Amino acid sequence: MTDRIEQRINSLNKRLNSEKRFRIYCIGAMSFALAWVLILFLNIFSSGYSAFYRTVIQVNVPFVNLIEDISQFSEMSSEDINKLSMYSFSKKTIYGLFPDIEEKKDKKMLIRIFSIEFEQEIREFLKSNKSNINETETIYLTASDDVDQVNKGNYPRDLDEDKRRIKDIQLLFFDDLVDRGLVSYEFNLPFLMRGDSREPELAGVGGSIVGSLFTIMVVLILSFPIGIFAAIYLEEFAPRNRVTDFIEININNLAAVPSIVFGLLGLGIILNTFGLPRSTPLVGGIVLSLMTLPTIIIATRASLRAVPPSIREGALAVGATKMQAVMHHVVPVAMPGALTGTIIGLAQALGETAPLLLIGMVAFVVDVPQTPLDASASLPVQVYLWSESAERGYVEKTSATIMMLLGFLILMNLAAVLIRRKFETKW
Amino acid sequence: MKNIKIKADNLNVHYGDKQALFDVSMYMEEKQVTALIGPSGCGKSTFIRCLNRMNDVIDICKVQGKIEIDGNDIYAPSMQVEQLRERVGMVFQKPNPFPKTIFENVAYGPRIHGIAENKSDLEEIVVNSLKKAALFDEVKDRLNDAGTGLSGGQQQRLCIARAISVNPDIILMDEPCSALDPIATARIEELMGELKTEYTIIIVTHSMQQAARVSSRTGFFHLGKLVEVDKTETIFSNPSDQRTQDYITGRFG
Repeated sequence: MTDRIEQRINSLNKRLNSEKRFRIYCIGAMSFALAWVLILFLNIFSSGYSAFYRTVIQVNVPFVNLIEDISQFSEMSSEDINKLSMYSFSKKTIYGLFPDIEEKKDKKMLIRIFSIEFEQEIREFLKSNKSNINETETIYLTASDDVDQVNKGNYPRDLDEDKRRIKDIQLLFFDDLVDRGLVSYEFNLPFLMRGDSREPELAGVGGSIVGSLFTIMVVLILSFPIGIFAAIYLEEFAPRNRVTDFIEININNLAAVPSIVFGLLGLGIILNTFGLPRSTPLVGGIVLSLMTLPTIIIATRASLRAVPPSIREGALAVGATKMQAVMHHVVPVAMPGALTGTIIGLAQALGETAPLLLIGMVAFVVDVPQTPLDASASLPVQVYLWSESAERGYVEKTSATIMMLLGFLILMNLAAVLIRRKFETKW
Repeated sequence: MKNIKIKADNLNVHYGDKQALFDVSMYMEEKQVTALIGPSGCGKSTFIRCLNRMNDVIDICKVQGKIEIDGNDIYAPSMQVEQLRERVGMVFQKPNPFPKTIFENVAYGPRIHGIAENKSDLEEIVVNSLKKAALFDEVKDRLNDAGTGLSGGQQQRLCIARAISVNPDIILMDEPCSALDPIATARIEELMGELKTEYTIIIVTHSMQQAARVSSRTGFFHLGKLVEVDKTETIFSNPSDQRTQDYITGRFG
C-alpha cells in the first residue's frame, strides 16, 4: 500500500519537474526574443537621437551694408528680395566673425564651416522680417555637417588632418566660436519639415513622411473597400465549388508572393502600360494595395467565420434577406477583426521597400510632395538611400528615420489593439 | 377537428447523398401546439426547418415533396422566402439574440419589413412583443442594455419576442428549452400555453414530459421516418407502433 503511494508521489514529482522545465524553456525563449528587440531599439535610438538636434552658429548680419536705407526692405516684394545679389554680402558677413583673417584659403575654410545654403538662409530671414528689419540682425545659421558631427562628438578629432574631412583651421574657428558662446545646439525642426538633400545638415524626413502618408492613404482607400467586399462575398455569398476553392488558394498564394514581384508588376503594367507618373505615391499605393489585399481578405474572412452562424439564422428567421442578415448583423460583429487586419496590412505596406524601388520611388526628391501625384520618397526607401550615403552625417539620419518608421508602426499596431478592445462584441 | 394550418405531403430531404427524411406526411392544426419527439438525428429538426425553408441556407440540402401552409405551397417558385419567414417565425435551440440592445433585438424584424409606420408604433410593437413573451416586466427599465447580457431563459424569451414582433401565424421552436434550467423551462412552457391562443406552435423536444405537458398532438420520428402521429394522450398511453412504445418507455433513445 505505502509502496503504491510512494510510486504515485514519485510520478507526480516527475510531472511537476517537467512542468517547471517547460516553463523555464518558455521564459528563456521569450527573454531571448525580447533581448533582441531591446538591442535593436537601443542601437537605433542611441545612434539616431542626435539627428533631432542640430548645431547653429550665431552671426550678426549688418543689413545696413546691403542697402543703406533699410526702410526700403519693407517696400520690396519677395521677388525683389530674390533678385538681390547677396552672395558676397553674405560671405563678408561671415568673414566678420574673424576680421583678422587675410588669406583667401582661410576665408574659404571659414565659409565651409557653414552649410552651403547660408546665403539662402539670410535671404529667407530677410523675407520674413522685411517690415521691421534692424540695421544689424542676429541670425542663427546652420553649421555644416562636419562641424555638426564634431559638435555632437560623433567625429574623431584626433585623426591626422589629411584623413579628416574637417581641417585643423576649421576646428580652431569652431573652438573659438564655442568659447565666444556663438555656437548653440537646438531642436532640429527642419529635419522633420524638409525633403532630402545632398547636404546631410539640410536633409530632412518631411518629404518621405508625407510621401509615406500619401502612399498609405492610397492603400487604405483602395484595399480596404475591395478587401472587405471580396471577403464578404467569398465568405457569405459565394457557392462552395472548384472555382471558389481556386480563388481561395490563389488569395493565400498572393499573400506569400515576394513583394518585389509586385514591384515588377507595377513597373510593367501600371507605369509602362497605363502610363501613370513614375515615383509617385499613387503608383506606390496601387502596388502596395495589391500586396495588402490578401492580408485584409484573409483577416476579414477569419473574423466573419468567427461570427456564430446562429446570428445569421436569427436574422433570416425574422425574414431578413441574406444581404440584410450579413450587413446588419454579421459584418458589424466582424468589423473590429477586419479593421485590425487592415491596420496590420497597412503597417506592412508602410515598411515595404522593394516594390517601391522598382516603381521609382527611390529617386532623389528634394521637394515635399503636395499631392499623391508628385514624385516622392517614402520612409523605408529613405532609410535605404541614406544608409548607402558616404557622409557621416547620414548615419544618424538613417537611424532617426528608422525611429520615425518604428514610431508610426507602433502607433498603428496600438490603434489595432485599441480598436479590437473597444469594439469587440461581448457574448 | 380544428382547421389544418400546415400540411406536409411525402416530404423527402437529402443532405448531399444522405437522406434525412423519408416520405413524411403529416398535418398540424391551427392554434394548437404540435410536438415532435424522437431520438437525436431522427430528422425532426430537419422537418421543422423545412416549414420556414431555413434549410435553403444549406447548399447541399435538397427538399422534395410538398408543404402547404393555408393551402399555399411554400416551395412554389412564386413564394418569396422572406415573406414566408415573416409568417413562420422560429426560435432556436440555443438562444441567439443579436449582439445589440434588447430594444433593437425586437425592433429589427418590424423595421426591415416596414411594419411600424413611425417611432411610437415601433415602440408599441416592441413593448407588446416583450409583454407577450412574458419578458417586459423584467427588462422594462433596461431596454437599451445588451440583449446578450440577459440570463439564458430571458434570452430565449427575448428570441420568442423577436419572433412574435413581425406578427407571424406560426412559431417553430427547435428544442427551445434544451439549454435552460428547469425553472426557465417551466416559464417557457407556461408561455407556450398562452401563445397558442394566437399562434400555431410546432415544438421539437427531447423531453417527452414536455411534449406531454404542452402539446395536443405529437409526432414520433425515428431514423428519418415519421413513425406515428396522433393525439398526445394516445401517443403516450396507447401508441400503435412498437417503436413508439419502446421509445416512450425509455427502452431506447
